[in-house]
Amino acid sequence: MGEPGTKEPLTLEELEATTAVRTGRKHILSILVENKPGVLTRIAGLFARRGFNIDTLAVGPTDDESLSRITLTLDGAMHPIDQVTKQLHKLVNVIKIRDLEPAETVARELALFKVTADGPARGEVMQIVEIFRGKIIDVTRRSLIIEVTGTWEKVEAFERMVRPFGLVEMARTGEIAISRGRSET
Amino acid sequence: MRAVDAVMACLKAEGVDVVFGYPGGANLPTYDAFVDAGIRHILVRHEAGGGHAAEGYAKASGKVGVVFATSGPGATNIVTPLTDAMMDSVPLVAFTGQVRTDLLGTDGFQEADTFGITMPIVKHSFMIQHPTEIPRVVHEAFHIARTGRPGPVLIDMPVDLTRAEIDYHPVGDVRLPGYQPTVEGNSKQIRLAAKAIANARRPVIYAGGGVINADGADELHDFVTSDKLPVTCTLMGLGAFPAPHEQWLGMLGMHGTRAANYAMDEADLIVAVGARFDDRITGKLAEFAPRAKFVHIDIDPAEISKNVPAHIPIVGDAKNVLARLSNEYRALGPDPARLAGWWERIEQWRQQYPLRYDDSPDAEIKPQFLVQALYEATKGDCILSSDVGQHQMWAAQYFHFAKPRRWVNSGGLGTMGFGLPAAIGAAVANPEIPSVLLTGDGSFQMNSQELATCKTHDIPVKVVIMNNGYLGMVRQWQELFWDKRYSNVDMGEWPDWVKLAEAYGASGVRLTDKTTLVDDLKRALATPGPVVVDVRVTREENTYPMIPAGSPARDMVG
Repeated sequence: MGEPGTKEPLTLEELEATTAVRTGRKHILSILVENKPGVLTRIAGLFARRGFNIDTLAVGPTDDESLSRITLTLDGAMHPIDQVTKQLHKLVNVIKIRDLEPAETVARELALFKVTADGPARGEVMQIVEIFRGKIIDVTRRSLIIEVTGTWEKVEAFERMVRPFGLVEMARTGEIAISRGRSET
Repeated sequence: MRAVDAVMACLKAEGVDVVFGYPGGANLPTYDAFVDAGIRHILVRHEAGGGHAAEGYAKASGKVGVVFATSGPGATNIVTPLTDAMMDSVPLVAFTGQVRTDLLGTDGFQEADTFGITMPIVKHSFMIQHPTEIPRVVHEAFHIARTGRPGPVLIDMPVDLTRAEIDYHPVGDVRLPGYQPTVEGNSKQIRLAAKAIANARRPVIYAGGGVINADGADELHDFVTSDKLPVTCTLMGLGAFPAPHEQWLGMLGMHGTRAANYAMDEADLIVAVGARFDDRITGKLAEFAPRAKFVHIDIDPAEISKNVPAHIPIVGDAKNVLARLSNEYRALGPDPARLAGWWERIEQWRQQYPLRYDDSPDAEIKPQFLVQALYEATKGDCILSSDVGQHQMWAAQYFHFAKPRRWVNSGGLGTMGFGLPAAIGAAVANPEIPSVLLTGDGSFQMNSQELATCKTHDIPVKVVIMNNGYLGMVRQWQELFWDKRYSNVDMGEWPDWVKLAEAYGASGVRLTDKTTLVDDLKRALATPGPVVVDVRVTREENTYPMIPAGSPARDMVG
């Protein structure tokens, strides 16, 4: 049976007190997995069950074709991160997990922005693109598609800058990351 | 040969001589292979029965239990046994049929996403994509199921792939780069633990099912009796240490003894071995064992510091670690006199709070009395299986388990309906030891169809129903915590268990008289073949003592 220790109804405030308190520290987990069916589902399911919110997730091949790398970023939650990494380690197809230290890590994401830019606004947008070292990859009379690469924060900053011009839509890959220096991630 | 014949060859290579299962459309090739395989197949009457029977087999023998089911409903019917096996760390390999590959994902007849449905409730699973991978997958499945922290592994096999002709070569070794359980405990940590225990004034050894899974009962005994260390076991750990022993405090937890729970509460050092600080053990976590430091020995690193932070974590197999801990501990030559005060305190609790109940003034059978009578009638010489509820707790309290693998029950998941098929599995695993099921009238109805399996396969399980006509544990909670507003707990009079037993070709008997109960039980247990004993007990009796949910152990009631 559950915990009907009392017949008193549970208040919403009490309920909230028991749900996740976020610590705010961002984690970048780099997970090396076997390239097998269901691996991503297992990992995503594990996070969901433990009440972890995944902010971004990127999956791709590695230098070894039998392996894939999953990079995911999450907000630190109520549970200590090592509980979830221990659970991840229990998955048979998971080879290696690194909780990357931001200072020791190079992280990048790719984002595409479709911005309305006609008349005098167009020049201004193009200037911002230049400052952010972005690329214009599609032009029509009324819009631009811009490619920006950088850290999550840089992409956020770019979004803030172009949004006032009319952001039609945006697509982001989520960060991928690799540790600095000679040793393997 | 056909892939299914290779499956049979692999099963034999794994030492499997008996499996439980149920055929259907999507595993017809597999069942064709059984005809010539020379592997005993026990046809159950419901796939859930097959899964739990495989669990009972595994729990009683320490070997991997095997269950076969077809696709769709066959597979969904084993979801509960798989979850149960996951929660109680039972080594299981489940083979499910699947629709043929060109139908996958089209809502074909009897198609279910078995791989997806079972993903969170298995230790690992495989979806066969090519017939040639089948032999390797079977061996990997057995390896994963039985090593490390044991658990269920599922293999989903599309029916067309199982019919394929493959070149079968016996598989030598299994290599899984992402799966390397730590068996050997760290020597430095073990030495540290030995020192901590040697210095402790109020230590308690808290042993769980992991000790039994590791076959570490002898090592546990050797370690704790090298000094005079008090021992308590969890529900899953009963039998890991002999209950009649003077160092035994009884079971701990929600319905454990006061001696065990109070000792945990006042301990200065708790040594957890193969146990996971479940909420039924700790009660209110914030007030659990407030004075204690913790040594935590577990094969699963994810259990360590999950609920209670460990001061000395040791990842490793309980048998391995206990043997070495014992040596280190002896070498320190701890002074047993330091424990004299602690034992005085424990003795005081034992005297003051023995397990007790008010016996009836007349011939009425109290449920606790029934368990005592059953213990007396069997002399404890049986494998006792149970279902879930009050009867399970009373069995844990009053049936004194002296050896490991003599107590088969569903602890983590608490699955009603587990008992009868599990008792079948236990009987198949150990035909020379009587298999007795103590069940409730609620639980038994959840898989009573397996009486047909008992009769057909000549499996002489003796079923003792503690019949109070209630869902007793729920009723107890409604009485104690919900102002006795009984809601849907009265199970009434039906069925007539004696007639039901007879309908299945089993023997049935009804017992109502306390004064002749032991002899009547002896007679029933001595009756050949499957037997159902309907024992009418006091209707409204509560399981005590009890830690109310969310309270600390020192607030036990009853």
